[in-house]
Amino acid sequence: MTGASVTALRTKDGWSVVPALTIAVLLGPIAAGLMGTLLPAFGGLRPGGGSAWSLEPWRQMAAEPGLGQGVWLSVKTGLLSTFAALLGCLLLVAGWQGTRVFRAMERMLSPLLSVPHAAAALGLAFLIAPSGWVTRLTSPWLTGWERPPDLLIVQDPGGWSLIAGLMAKELPFLLLMSLAALPQINVGERMLVATALGYGTVRGWMLTVLPALYAQLRLPIYAVLAYAMSNVDVALVLGPSTPPPLSVLILRWMTDPDLALRAPAAAAALLQLGLVVGAIGLWRLGELGAARMGRVMIETGARGAGWLDNMCRMVGVSIATLAALAIFGGLISQLVWSFAGRWRFPEALPSSFGLRSWDRHGEAALEVSLTTLGLAALAACIALLLVLGCLEAEHRRGRNLGRLGLLILYLPLILPQIAFLPGLQILLLQTGAARGLWPVLLSHIVFVTPYMFLALAGPFRAWDTRYATIGAAMGASADGVLWRLRLPMLLTPILTALAVGMAVSVGQYLPTLLASGGRLSTLTTEALALSSGGDRRAIGVWTLALTVAAWLPFAAALLLPQLVFRNRAGMLNG
Amino acid sequence: MKHVITAAALALAGAAWAEPDPSNWEAVVEEAEGETVFWHAWGGSTQTNDFIAWVGDRVMEDYGVTLEHVKLTDTADAVGRVVAENAAGIDAGGAVDMIWINGENFIALKDAELLFGPFAEQLPNWALVDVDGKPVTTDFTVPTDGFESPWAAAQVVFIYDSEALETPPKSAMEIAAWAANNPGRFTFPQPPDFLGTTFLKQMLFELVDDQDRLLADAGDDYASVTAPLWAWLEATTPNMWRGGRAYPQSGPRQLQLLNDGEIDIAVSLSPGEATAAIANDQLPLSARTFVLDGGTIGNASFVAIPYNANAKAGAMVVANFLLSPEAQLRAQTPDILGYGTVLDMDKLSEADRTAFDTLDLGIATLSPAELGTALPEPHASWMTRIERDWRERYGVAN
Amino acid sequence: MADGLELRDLAIAHRDGRPLVAVSTQVKPGQVVSLMGPSGVGKSTILAAITGVLSPSFTCTGDIVLNGRSLMGLAPQKRRVGILFQDHLLFPHMSVGQNVGFGLPRRTTDRKARVAAALAEIGLAGFADRDPATLSGGQRARVALMRMLLAEPETMLLDEPFSRLDAELRERMRELVFSRATAAGLPVLMVTHDQADADAAGGPVIALS
Repeated sequence: MTGASVTALRTKDGWSVVPALTIAVLLGPIAAGLMGTLLPAFGGLRPGGGSAWSLEPWRQMAAEPGLGQGVWLSVKTGLLSTFAALLGCLLLVAGWQGTRVFRAMERMLSPLLSVPHAAAALGLAFLIAPSGWVTRLTSPWLTGWERPPDLLIVQDPGGWSLIAGLMAKELPFLLLMSLAALPQINVGERMLVATALGYGTVRGWMLTVLPALYAQLRLPIYAVLAYAMSNVDVALVLGPSTPPPLSVLILRWMTDPDLALRAPAAAAALLQLGLVVGAIGLWRLGELGAARMGRVMIETGARGAGWLDNMCRMVGVSIATLAALAIFGGLISQLVWSFAGRWRFPEALPSSFGLRSWDRHGEAALEVSLTTLGLAALAACIALLLVLGCLEAEHRRGRNLGRLGLLILYLPLILPQIAFLPGLQILLLQTGAARGLWPVLLSHIVFVTPYMFLALAGPFRAWDTRYATIGAAMGASADGVLWRLRLPMLLTPILTALAVGMAVSVGQYLPTLLASGGRLSTLTTEALALSSGGDRRAIGVWTLALTVAAWLPFAAALLLPQLVFRNRAGMLNG
Repeated sequence: MKHVITAAALALAGAAWAEPDPSNWEAVVEEAEGETVFWHAWGGSTQTNDFIAWVGDRVMEDYGVTLEHVKLTDTADAVGRVVAENAAGIDAGGAVDMIWINGENFIALKDAELLFGPFAEQLPNWALVDVDGKPVTTDFTVPTDGFESPWAAAQVVFIYDSEALETPPKSAMEIAAWAANNPGRFTFPQPPDFLGTTFLKQMLFELVDDQDRLLADAGDDYASVTAPLWAWLEATTPNMWRGGRAYPQSGPRQLQLLNDGEIDIAVSLSPGEATAAIANDQLPLSARTFVLDGGTIGNASFVAIPYNANAKAGAMVVANFLLSPEAQLRAQTPDILGYGTVLDMDKLSEADRTAFDTLDLGIATLSPAELGTALPEPHASWMTRIERDWRERYGVAN
Repeated sequence: MADGLELRDLAIAHRDGRPLVAVSTQVKPGQVVSLMGPSGVGKSTILAAITGVLSPSFTCTGDIVLNGRSLMGLAPQKRRVGILFQDHLLFPHMSVGQNVGFGLPRRTTDRKARVAAALAEIGLAGFADRDPATLSGGQRARVALMRMLLAEPETMLLDEPFSRLDAELRERMRELVFSRATAAGLPVLMVTHDQADADAAGGPVIALS
């Protein structure tokens, strides 16, 4: 097919400014933030003022007890949880796409995705703790436990509950990214050929569809890996504390009143950055190995039909089901807690229910929900303009975003937040823009934009440009084609991207906290402030509000096209 | 561009250089009207949050001051904010107007001269404060010098479930013996959590030969003085909850464990916490409080005002209101907050004294007599070193 | 200057200079010239050069002249070149009537009437409000043709326009398309794989290789 590009218009449109603007919006804060990390790590920006080149921060960091274990935890939990989430996602798509089970999973996707990490972690912790819901439901009649057993499950030193929590939360994200990519790679045809040749569903899929799908999943996977290695919110709840993963250690130093600790914190933040980069490199090696294995498998011609195929399908659906159960179960437990009166072990349900928690927090939660959603909508709309501008500009230039552009775009996702946000805070302070809505908005846009680009680039690029040719041939200008054809036809993915962007904004913790100077409360900052306490009822109310706030845009993204295109079958199934 | 910013900053600073003078209280109240005070305070407790919201309603009513509670997960966040502003040269119009603070956070800001004041002893309600009986003029043995104003008295107490545990252990040695017989049923919040560190200090007091030694700087004899504490921990840690391989991260999490039946004893710094928690369905009706036979450490919660606060007058008005008999009585009401008052009953009016005397402290709260006189906090240097050593020995043991 | 579409030494090369395809021909009004050749030879790329949407990875030399105007360097929407693809590509978010009326100038006052008349002409009277997804393959092909014609192009490009239709329908569509083109006096350039298409067109055949 001809790549359509309106060469004649290249000179005089404003679109070419947008990519540069976007790069500035993304890179500016990151570069500033990194400077704010880099300098202190090597002796700069000392608390008393002044700086001198020094490796002392690194020495200080290295002397920290438990550093090695923290590093190992970061690498281990990151790699294992990402691998497990990817495996579950791929086996599910491979073995079940097009089935009723798969459609059911698809429907659960948005609500699963919209549960913020912290909320999911808190829910999971209550499910699997020795005094948690699972044991309550089975005690004492099954287990014989009158009191909770003294078992180290949550916050285990090996980080396994952290791995499980991250896996459950990242699987839906990878699944969403797969679903966005699949329509572009003719799965039906590929699978028809493979199954006609006698390949089992899973193996046929792995050999014919996966290579094309993986190419599109690569960057999202790196983002997941980076997040899993460096996150703070899940690690604080489910991760071990004796010692904690590196990211938690950094946070502790960064927020310590002893300012001398900022320097080793900066060094550790750079170490964290290096770990993420190294792990991505390692993963890349794994990809190459897997590709080689795939080629060998193709050459052997083994079909992988029969029991192996069934087993793979079972594993896939089991992982996905467990992930869904963990998150939804946790969420339901939050719901129950928010209405709970007295609730002791081993009662399966509270001995009384009441509206007290909602009375107490409901009004405030509603108020903060509105702020949160307003901020999210604003951030997502601005990011949408940037993303659409970039995509349209690359379309008109006839050239996709280069490797560098793509990397810049993913930088906010791949760089650990903990590595550059505190540095950014100093920048905001120095420009006098230290508080209020605008800095928060800007910092949200930095993180919202890449996710929206991820969500929208596929469908935008997959749009058949012959429509543009036809439109132009009938006299429509490039702008006319954009407004009259491309954007309306992409309404569903645009709304989905907006919902993704809003959910991302709703879930931001560190950027909100640091950029607003604590003066702008969102549902996430409130919920996390409460989680440091432990009032499960209050946490229940706030995490439910948080989840609903993140869920609403998705619901709108589902419903609006149904309304607008109720008479346009080609827009709803296509 | 840079010039514009500098000019604007100077203009802003110029406007704020006219600092409110706490000794001219009328002027302070006048200036405070219409101000918005951002109070950075730990937001992990529903009861405290509700109390702060009530304070906000009251200061709005009486003084036209708007109070915004900035809910922190860690007080150090606010300290870091002030420090960062200072580093960035924002010497006026800062984001933090008031911090709920004490201990090392206070000392860090005071040493760096990042606090406004002295103001505390000029507040009108300071006249009611029990300066001799309550630890209100020193914080971890460091003199407050009027740079922070107390608002609640705290003392180490232990909460236990009287249904699960008939006679609670009332000394370090009894705790060790009890834990050995009942493995897995005792823990404390993981240091550097404030409460966890306080518990270690409490054990230190219990175990040292010469308690007075702790009131001075930790010196070369640190190792020998603290040896009994480490021996005690060495023996007790394996018998603790999760074998000492995991710890609750905060006081409220620890209470949750008590309610879940995972542990039998929880440490607290608020004598009324058990009663308040029972009222909130957060602890069983059988929860009770006890103190150690040898007495327990007491300290106070303070509020401080950063040097670059935007609403200093408003913050002082709030600090003064917190010391009013009305606010103190409400804070002490068990099912609201259950915090101990810092006021001297003899200095109150007849009516106020009666109100305090007749306050039902609740079934799980000890009477002042039962609480006994609080032990002083050890010098901060002990805490710093114990905290670090504990982390090396137990905090990264896995 | 002769009327019709003229490709004067049109040569398309890859950006790096490797030549892709070259063609030189004249299509008279009412005439159908067929471009044939194996896939990948650059047939569709020639059409892209004429519509003005050639990918920047190609360069194009020579001249494209339509009714005396050179199209080189002209914006696609200024070229008055109509094109039909094999997939018909009706805009799925618009009604049948909106599709047909897409090419009408913005200030057309009798838009509704002209759309209705156009639909009636192809036997789809009363289809204006229909969802294009509900049409049969033949109906879609006719709507796509009418949509193009209403934009009043000066030439018609066909990119394998009949290959998705079954045999009987294909015959009828060829007849319809060619007769409309002749009636309007449009020069037609058709890219096809199918010898029968070229035979039905009756014009010259250029074999590319």
